[in-house]
Amino acid sequence: MRMRGRVRTGLKGWGGVGAMAVVCGLVLAFALLLPVARSQGDGSTGTGGPGVTRADQVADDGPCTNPAIKTHPEDQTLSPSSADGPTIDKIKARQGEKRKLIVGVDQNSYRWGYRNPNGGPTADLEGFDIDLVHRIAQDILGDPNAVQFKAIPTNQRIPAIQAGRVDMVVRTMTINCTRLGQVAFSAPYFKTGQQVLAPKSSGITGYNGTLAKQRICTAEGSTANTELVDAKKAKELVSSAVISPPVPNQLDCLVRLQLGEVDAVVTDGALAASQAAQDPTVELKGSPFTTEYYGVAMRSDADDLVRRVNQILVDYRKDTTDGWQASYDRWLSATLNESSAKSEPPPPKYLRKN
Amino acid sequence: MTHPPKSSTAPPGSGVPTIPAVPPQPGPPAQPPPPPAPEAPAAPARRTAFAEGLDQVRAAATTEPGRLRIIGAALALLVVLFGAVTAWQTNERAAAADDVLHKSQPLSSAAADIYRYLADANTAASSGFLAGGQETADSRKKYEEDIDLAAAGLIKAASNSDPDSPAAKTVAELNTLLPEYKGLVERARTYNRQGFPVGGAYLRYANEKMQEEMLPKAQNLYTSENQRLRADYADATPYPWAAIGLGVLALAGLAWAQHRNYRRTNRVLNHGLVAATATATVVLLWLVVGHTVARAGLNDSYDHGVRSLNVLHDARIASLKARGNENLTLVARGAETVTKKNAQGVDVTYDAYDFDFDKDMDTLGKGLAEASKLADDSSGKTPVIAAEGNMTVWKQRHTAARAQDDNGNYEEALKRVIGGKGATGECFDSVDDNLAKALTHEEKEFARSAGDGLGAMTGLPAGAAVLAVLGAAGAVLGIGRRLSEYR
Repeated sequence: MRMRGRVRTGLKGWGGVGAMAVVCGLVLAFALLLPVARSQGDGSTGTGGPGVTRADQVADDGPCTNPAIKTHPEDQTLSPSSADGPTIDKIKARQGEKRKLIVGVDQNSYRWGYRNPNGGPTADLEGFDIDLVHRIAQDILGDPNAVQFKAIPTNQRIPAIQAGRVDMVVRTMTINCTRLGQVAFSAPYFKTGQQVLAPKSSGITGYNGTLAKQRICTAEGSTANTELVDAKKAKELVSSAVISPPVPNQLDCLVRLQLGEVDAVVTDGALAASQAAQDPTVELKGSPFTTEYYGVAMRSDADDLVRRVNQILVDYRKDTTDGWQASYDRWLSATLNESSAKSEPPPPKYLRKN
Repeated sequence: MTHPPKSSTAPPGSGVPTIPAVPPQPGPPAQPPPPPAPEAPAAPARRTAFAEGLDQVRAAATTEPGRLRIIGAALALLVVLFGAVTAWQTNERAAAADDVLHKSQPLSSAAADIYRYLADANTAASSGFLAGGQETADSRKKYEEDIDLAAAGLIKAASNSDPDSPAAKTVAELNTLLPEYKGLVERARTYNRQGFPVGGAYLRYANEKMQEEMLPKAQNLYTSENQRLRADYADATPYPWAAIGLGVLALAGLAWAQHRNYRRTNRVLNHGLVAATATATVVLLWLVVGHTVARAGLNDSYDHGVRSLNVLHDARIASLKARGNENLTLVARGAETVTKKNAQGVDVTYDAYDFDFDKDMDTLGKGLAEASKLADDSSGKTPVIAAEGNMTVWKQRHTAARAQDDNGNYEEALKRVIGGKGATGECFDSVDDNLAKALTHEEKEFARSAGDGLGAMTGLPAGAAVLAVLGAAGAVLGIGRRLSEYR
């Protein structure tokens, strides 16, 4: 009893001081941390800010923890259907000038989605992805030109879908398990893999030890960038290879390569071929070191739209006169292979249930 | 001031310690060294010239002619000193005023022009890209002209900046960046001709170089040239207090000498001293009036010239930036966004370039309002008001063009921005033309006021010097006249 009393009187003296010290400490910590928190918020170019991003990261661990999904993310899509649903109804309900499908595309990928500088004043975008967009617009809105194109940098594809700035993204976008936690994908419509691009005169022979001490360019938010950063962490990539600060678009890598600011580019083989087609002094080195598939990305909850796009893809691939094959021949046979065999994805599996 | 003893002859040897108001420079200043006073030759041993001179003065002060000589020398010295300080101080101010008129203001304008040419070249290049394929002959010509003018401006700025100054360093950096930039644009053109989208990537890279490296440097140059202009103003306008003070002192000395003369001889006028007083008065009046007029002219040139010019330059730069961002909105096609809180604190996502466009237009609007407030006559106000009208139309057309783009009518939006009649480009050109007119006018106003100011100081340094010599001669002659009475 007496002990306790003494302790209490002892505390009486120090309690106030201690409390004050604690408060001061808290205030100080708060003041120091606040700018940090704020600068993070400003630094994020995405729409959600840091909070959302972190939440996404927690969520997207989900699909990747499942080994079946991790190895075959392209199978995780809904079965095809032509039925309208709430998402499609909303698109169809747009009135007058606004009755358009809003699609995020690229305007820098030669033969995929680009503006032909000599295309005249119409400034139309064209390419393999653009053909597919017109086909989807034709099917949903009955007019292949009822499209509003939005040019989206590589790292803005997912934020643009999540924020509802676009209905879908058709932009050489690889289906992977991380992204499956953030957006929904259609069935795959193209097969490709990461590949190395370097000057013909360079000693680089592919994705191997010859990359030692070489500066490698990737696009921000691209599969190539994630792949290389992971590989470097896992020591699969030669440790002296330098991953240059990522650029907004894969084509900006060709600019850096030509200006001698980097020594090699890693990007999807399909896009690397497009770059090589614009500069005869560079070439693809080695064979693709990954296998991946492009899909149309939509909002996670746009089930009806996913099913509809999958149905369109089925028809598109069946269409021999003006479908997938015709578009391939028109845009890609010159830069990739004459034959489309290596680029055609296997029949889709539609393993996603909800 | 102590007065010398009244008695005309002091007991010799009693060494009056009070030396009349003479600055204690002895020896040499007793300029017309007439054969020393009778007492002097008795210098016994060799001593320093200073001590000897001091003795001579001390000895001379004991007789009236000696005192007169000292007074004459002191007066002459004071008047000459007054003239010299006046000449020096006014010369310094005239040089600073001349710098304002012929050096720092033109350089400040030249720096603003460098910025403008660079930004304009960049806008022309991006417009060329927007036009699709080959740019028009007009836009190519504009681009080439802008680059040439920017290069010429840099050469001028380099030759006018002191070596090792920050301005010189900035100019050197811009000189390296300009050919780099041009190289990127050339590559973009070549690839565009071949139909490859990498041309567009080069143009983006060039734009990045311009926006993030070159324009900030050009802005720095403009700021530092403006600081130099302000420093020149600060050198040209303060009152020359030292000269004025000496002038008052010289006049007081002359007045005292004449009063002493009158008391001793009952003669009212001594021609020499009167002439000296007259010239000193003229110099003092000339100094005060001339400088006040010059100051007024310079202050006027700052208030109505430089301030207007700065506001107009800033407005012109804002309109250029706005135009560049308007073009880039279409080049980027929604590629870049910014998220800002609106008035309700809700996050809203805007197109980055369109957001900047709005900011630039706000700056332009504020600048034009300020310029119209500063414009003090109708010929200065008219073009500014016209530019305000152009800006209003520009905003309306821009809103319409954005609505088209937001509805997915990219082609229509493009036509409304870079097309010919009815496009926003027309408004931008009108704003630019009107601002150019206003700038020419204000530049004229500035040159007139500053020229008036500088004119008010013309001849002042030389005049002051000549008059002071005359005044000193008058003082010496006047005293000499009195002195001759003792022979």
